[in-house]
Amino acid sequence: MSRTFKPKVVTANALIEGDVVYLTADDRWTRTHAEAELITTEERAAIRLSFGEAQDGIVVGVYLADAIASENGPQPIHFREEFRAVGPSNYNHGKQAEQANV
Amino acid sequence: MYKYNDFDSAFVASRNAQFRSQVERRVDGSLTEDEFKPLRLMNGLYLQLHAYMLRVAIPYGTLNGARMRKLAEIADRWDKGYGHFTTRQNIQYNWPILSDVPDMLDALAEVEMHAIQTSGNTIRNVTSDHFAGAAADEIEDPRPVAELLRQWSTDHPEFQFLPRKFKIAVTGSPNDRAVTKAHDIGLRMVRNDAGEPGFEVIVGGGLGRTPMVGKVLTPFLPKADLLPYCEAIVSVYNLLGRRDNKYKARIKITVHENGLDKIRELVEARFKTLRAEFAGNDQKLLAEIEEHFAAPAYKSAPADAYQAYYDADPVFRSWADTNLDAHKNDDYAIVTVSIKAHGQTPGDASSDQMRVMADLAEQYGHDELRISHQQNVILPHVHKSDLPAVHEALKAVGLATANLGLISDIIACPGMDYCALATARSIPVAQQIAIRFDELKLEHDIGELQIKISGCINACGHHHVGHIGILGLDRAGVENYQITLGGDATETAAIGERAGPGFAYDEIVPAIERLVLGYLDLRNDAEETFIEAYQRLGAEPFKAVLYPDDRKRNAA
Repeated sequence: MSRTFKPKVVTANALIEGDVVYLTADDRWTRTHAEAELITTEERAAIRLSFGEAQDGIVVGVYLADAIASENGPQPIHFREEFRAVGPSNYNHGKQAEQANV
Repeated sequence: MYKYNDFDSAFVASRNAQFRSQVERRVDGSLTEDEFKPLRLMNGLYLQLHAYMLRVAIPYGTLNGARMRKLAEIADRWDKGYGHFTTRQNIQYNWPILSDVPDMLDALAEVEMHAIQTSGNTIRNVTSDHFAGAAADEIEDPRPVAELLRQWSTDHPEFQFLPRKFKIAVTGSPNDRAVTKAHDIGLRMVRNDAGEPGFEVIVGGGLGRTPMVGKVLTPFLPKADLLPYCEAIVSVYNLLGRRDNKYKARIKITVHENGLDKIRELVEARFKTLRAEFAGNDQKLLAEIEEHFAAPAYKSAPADAYQAYYDADPVFRSWADTNLDAHKNDDYAIVTVSIKAHGQTPGDASSDQMRVMADLAEQYGHDELRISHQQNVILPHVHKSDLPAVHEALKAVGLATANLGLISDIIACPGMDYCALATARSIPVAQQIAIRFDELKLEHDIGELQIKISGCINACGHHHVGHIGILGLDRAGVENYQITLGGDATETAAIGERAGPGFAYDEIVPAIERLVLGYLDLRNDAEETFIEAYQRLGAEPFKAVLYPDDRKRNAA
């Protein structure tokens, strides 16, 4: 079963800011997709999803999104997740603006 | 403009206080998201792709300077310095922080605005003709009726849990600028044979995944019967509408499945009871509301300067030719301010632009502003002698684009740049089409043409009723755009016909270019608009220019 499992990250929105967040391997919520834990088995995915869902006081709308490993950490696959990881295309707002300031 | 009475102010204040407390309890962990979500939605607060989004109702699209200035202040204090005007005459803020929203709502209440019932399965913001009270073709100003409907529907205990959301549009003109045939209830003012004003009542229109043109429930309803009749419709729908399937829950499906005759029979029966119960109190209330909507004290001044300026300045002339409409007072004009400069996001206005429009309304426009479902801003009452000054002031802040009704005056929903429901982006497609045709310098030659873009099947961008409609979809993990042709958003409403297979993101703008250049070859003369040429020739010649390879294949 794990053979056909597509790697995933756990993602959500932060409760107060609404910003897109990802669950890390050390149980933090990061704003950077590449810092997310890349989950490679279905069993681990179920555990991490329910861990995330239990954090209702910090994050909202927890779900699993397909991702792929890269040299720089996990990258999104679907274009919706690419937009969530970067921000809107009409203004330099959201993550792209915040990360440029770092 | 309607002024809140003590009851209205107390109601909004108490709702805001409740929501402030609900937000506090969400933040401190007393409320779960499952408990909180319906509460925030009742107050117009959505969670979107990158952030929360606050949808604020602009009742029947009417604002004054103070309200517009407050919208600008909110954009600066709690958002990113701009707001997005929508196809339902609302304004959306794309970046609020949850803990700031109670303050935003209090700020709105200072100018008698709120975000109540901008979400949920309730009666939403009642929309209207953006030229209401000013249009030369108008029978009566529809806004008193719209305000009556707003008061009746706000917090109406029977209608807080309808099978699905419910949208009402009302126009006072026979020429429909409010897309009444694409609403759950559309009200179009007409006169009967005796010359009395009343309403053609249209029911069961809607776009979305099952687009339907509304059907005429009654061709003439006396004005005095309007409220009990509307309540009868919503009441019948509330009981009959399906709750087993979200996609079959809108009244358009109820009408379709039960038949117009059965709906009419039920509505008439319910109406008889309700009219007796209303006992004319609705008419007393309407009379009070009407006093708030007295026509402005038009000034009487020579308008000669306008003509001289028009003759002398080609930039002003171009703007006047496209962005002005006939006012009921010959010395006045209706100014539509395009918030769609080429390459800008359709419907977005910066806080600076909002303040300039507020100033202009106060200085030159009898303190009135309107938001159109086409995502522009209207100064409904400007004396012709003031038009040059208004144009100059607009020019200074990038608001003098002369493109009303033209190819770059595009309706576009937020799409996947913001919306959690979207399946593809809309905004960049609109931006690129506008930029491309500006480069080609063909916009004015092409003439009247409505492009409407939705980023998903829910059709907030009204693509079904665009002369050219564009629907963005997710096809196997890539953005794909379907084109529909021949839609009509007016009193002769029609749903556009799908042209054929969709186009990839990088193919859609070239496809639109082919289609429009093809139209220029197909039209009889420069007077024949795109939609007229389409109606004369049918879809085939347009499909042939859209899909040239098919033609070659078929010929081979």
